[in-house]
Amino acid sequence: MGASFNTALESLRTTRVWKSIFRRGPAITNRTRSLAVFGNLFLHWLPVKVREKSLRVQAAYYLGSLSLLLFIILVVTGVLLMFYYHPTTPKAYNDMKDLRFVVSNGVFVRNMHRVGAHLMVLLVFWHMFHVFYRGGYKPPHEFNWVVGIILLLLTLSLSYTGYLLPWDQLAFWAVTVGTNIISAAPVIGNEVRFVALGGHIVSENTLLRFYVLHVVILPLLAFLFIGVHLWRVQKDGGLTVGSKDDDG
Amino acid sequence: MSDDKANPAQANAEAKREVSRRDFLNEITLGALGVAGLGGVALTYQFFSPNVLFELPTTFRAGNPDLYPVNSVTFLQDQQIYIVRTAAGFYAVSAVCTHLGCITQWKPEANMIACPCHGSKFQPNGKKIEGPAARPQPHYAINLTADGELEVDKLQIIKADQVLKV
Repeated sequence: MGASFNTALESLRTTRVWKSIFRRGPAITNRTRSLAVFGNLFLHWLPVKVREKSLRVQAAYYLGSLSLLLFIILVVTGVLLMFYYHPTTPKAYNDMKDLRFVVSNGVFVRNMHRVGAHLMVLLVFWHMFHVFYRGGYKPPHEFNWVVGIILLLLTLSLSYTGYLLPWDQLAFWAVTVGTNIISAAPVIGNEVRFVALGGHIVSENTLLRFYVLHVVILPLLAFLFIGVHLWRVQKDGGLTVGSKDDDG
Repeated sequence: MSDDKANPAQANAEAKREVSRRDFLNEITLGALGVAGLGGVALTYQFFSPNVLFELPTTFRAGNPDLYPVNSVTFLQDQQIYIVRTAAGFYAVSAVCTHLGCITQWKPEANMIACPCHGSKFQPNGKKIEGPAARPQPHYAINLTADGELEVDKLQIIKADQVLKV
């Protein structure tokens, strides 16, 4: 079975279609393995070689990878929720209730999105504390630390804009209170609040604005900055692994 | 020609001061892009600032004065204000907490207006009893219309000691 599979794979590798996709040939030497990583869009920002100790759980508790995993889960479940959710009043609240009680597996998808969002805020903070106490913000990682701060702000903005979408009492008053904090800013405060809400009070305009921010603008920015963040981890020489980690 | 030879340093300096065609075009293009960029920011800001809102009118009628007994506080839910009638007359107090915008509640048993969000307390005339609110609840202009109804203007904030005598 295994031998015939290998033979089939070998003959597949000689086809013109395969060669047009994987131009480097089989990854059997260190050189061709490296080329396979370099020549692949999805792998090229990963390191060709890593230090073994940077792969240990203790190196970073996989907190950054787990944050990324949660982001992917949130994108997938979020897109699923969009198939049932209308950002209008009073449909928004009813759709949220439908997702919980009417749609098949709706409560599962919604809770994955909801709990995942809470966890992501928690993990991003934890990741940040871990990096801070390891000194991971020090040269040459200063730029990536700042990118990380932007990602924290994006995570919090995504969390906050998503909070309004169920359109229940909690959502309404949380956004009323939160945007009143904006209006405490000197000179521009009230104007910023007016533009953020699309009016003087939290209304259907606000729901639509927060929805567009939540499902289009902020996720695109997050994609962009996550890309920069992952790429810079490699360019800055991989994870910060302290001498403490030598003895495991 | 002979002048150039006589003073080559000066000629060189003049050549340097001259703006080349490339520099001129670069600067004018960057300038135009800058102006267009600023204009784009201004237009986008205007686009996001709505001109027509479907919110409640800020001036509204609150009905006949006889609807409100003397020494009463009446909450008007839609407009989020209290119509207070004392022996001296009428005034209109905002029901939106000055702290962070929650809707306060009139507690007749304690004779105070209390906010459910963060616990601010006010007297029926809007004066602060207890924080975290920093400011008193504002009073809105209240008048009688020609046909004898109360009219409140929420865009006009008046002093707390002004009372409408009926």
